Amino acid sequence: MARELTSSVSPPRAHEARGGGRAAHAPTRPPRWRGRRARGWLYVLPALAVYLGFAIWPALNTLRLSLLTWDGILPATWAGFDNYVEIFQDSALYEAILHSLVLIIFFSFIPIGVGLLMTALLMGKVRRGMTFFRVVFFLPQVLPLVAVGITWRWLYSDSGVVNQFLDLVGLGAITRAWLGDYQLALIALGLIGTWVMSGLCMMLFLTGAQKIDPSLYEAAKLDGAGSFRQFRHVTLPGVRREITVAGVITTIAALASFDLVFVTTNGGPAGQTNVPGLLVYRLAFNEGDIGGASALAVVLTVIVVAVVSAVRYFTRDES
Amino acid sequence: MRGGVSFRYGVLVLLAVMVLVPFIGIVLAALHPPGSQLNGLSIPDRWSWENFTLAWERGNMTALMRSSLLIAVFVVPLSVVLATLAGYGLAILRVWGHRTLSFGFVMGLTLPIELIVVALYFNLREVGLTNSYIGIILAEAALFMPFGVYWMQTHFSNVPEELVEAARIDGARDLIVLARVLVPISWPAITTLSVLYFMWSWNQFMLVLVMMQDPDRRTAPSGLGLFVGEHTTDIPLLAAACLIVIAPIVVVYLLFQRSFVSGITQGAIKG
Repeated sequence: MARELTSSVSPPRAHEARGGGRAAHAPTRPPRWRGRRARGWLYVLPALAVYLGFAIWPALNTLRLSLLTWDGILPATWAGFDNYVEIFQDSALYEAILHSLVLIIFFSFIPIGVGLLMTALLMGKVRRGMTFFRVVFFLPQVLPLVAVGITWRWLYSDSGVVNQFLDLVGLGAITRAWLGDYQLALIALGLIGTWVMSGLCMMLFLTGAQKIDPSLYEAAKLDGAGSFRQFRHVTLPGVRREITVAGVITTIAALASFDLVFVTTNGGPAGQTNVPGLLVYRLAFNEGDIGGASALAVVLTVIVVAVVSAVRYFTRDES
Repeated sequence: MRGGVSFRYGVLVLLAVMVLVPFIGIVLAALHPPGSQLNGLSIPDRWSWENFTLAWERGNMTALMRSSLLIAVFVVPLSVVLATLAGYGLAILRVWGHRTLSFGFVMGLTLPIELIVVALYFNLREVGLTNSYIGIILAEAALFMPFGVYWMQTHFSNVPEELVEAARIDGARDLIVLARVLVPISWPAITTLSVLYFMWSWNQFMLVLVMMQDPDRRTAPSGLGLFVGEHTTDIPLLAAACLIVIAPIVVVYLLFQRSFVSGITQGAIKG
């Protein structure tokens, strides 16, 4: 009985206070100016401290390092914008940036499309096996990209499963070591991203779709809308926010990709799959060019912010 | 309409096969005799379980697994608690400057790890936190913070205001409103966040590669990344090492999936 009285909405102490007279038991309210809005800072502060100390402060320091010539050991010298100028003069560096832009198609656009398709297929009529498909589709997303990379390196190899499949369907003529192909390595790499990211998009959309008021579907059904139009006019607007989130996460994964490239191609063949993340790592920790690595990291960040802003702009709520 | 359902299942099964083939391939590969040459998907003549023992020993897996677990066990609760508190402060208490703060955290979502990792290495080297678990734990918590704060804040701002107001009128303090009202109805969101955090922590590669030089204290994925370089051609051994590294995360994922899915489906705020 007591548990029912103290329902989940109001805590037990509140009920005691009500029973025993509010004035006596209610906590004393502090003056308005240091009330809830000021005290709330105590809640935000721990997260903010960790975030500022271990993310923002180093980020600002990378900005500072990008203006120096430094090998990490000897005293640094001022370089001004030399490191930035070099990025646009060194073809390997700006080509790496172009490659990461191409990867957006495979890490972001296609997975969002596939994720929406999976969501549409899993909504409504499909009851049996729903959980199975969800679990399977999301599976690639939980794996370390290093393991994914090692697996796909073998799938794409001369004697791998991809070529075996092509042989089987009579396309034996186009078999090759895909990740070693000068023209196609980047696309092959991108398709690994598609394999990984689609399930994440689906899970985000399904979570969003669960929040949609079922009466909207009822209303659409009454208006005679079939499953496609229900999806188009109820589900799709309902998961707009999740589409933005998915777009942002996958775009960053594409632009800042490192793990996958590091274990599959390490930038090859002939730099065809170099991406900024790989070069930042190589410059900073193999070649001792801290300034150059930092400048490339800053340029990469500017591109990420620009592309993400574009994603937000194009998926914004028009209302 | 019958045809529509079969078509749906057809496409779903096709997609599922595309997702699963790499797994089947790698499991079969791991069961071939060590050092043998493979040709696509093939059933081994003899099940060679010794690959797993071999990969465990050569890959120094005992040490790697211990590091990975240690880091995840600290990162997940720390990040989830901090993100929940901050999300509450921003969405419900609307602290002074909450708009600017939210914006600051959301901007963090767009910061690639490359921007942070270069200077972080030199900053932490100065204070002796490279090659240390504490350094990696705090760095991961900071990296994951923008998403967690954004996630919890979005979730809390969808909670009906009357629910919070009712508790407040009853005289509940801020912390009690959070602990007794908001957290209980937010388990689905918190579970999802915890699962994501665990995955990200387990899978984190670049940060560990840079910050941890001691090979015995690297995490499983970063150890695996270097293992590849030493055993490029021994596919069965590599496949076994991969399976060892992904096994814990797959098990945790499958275990959590039940509460994960039921959390998402039953735990919607209005339900």
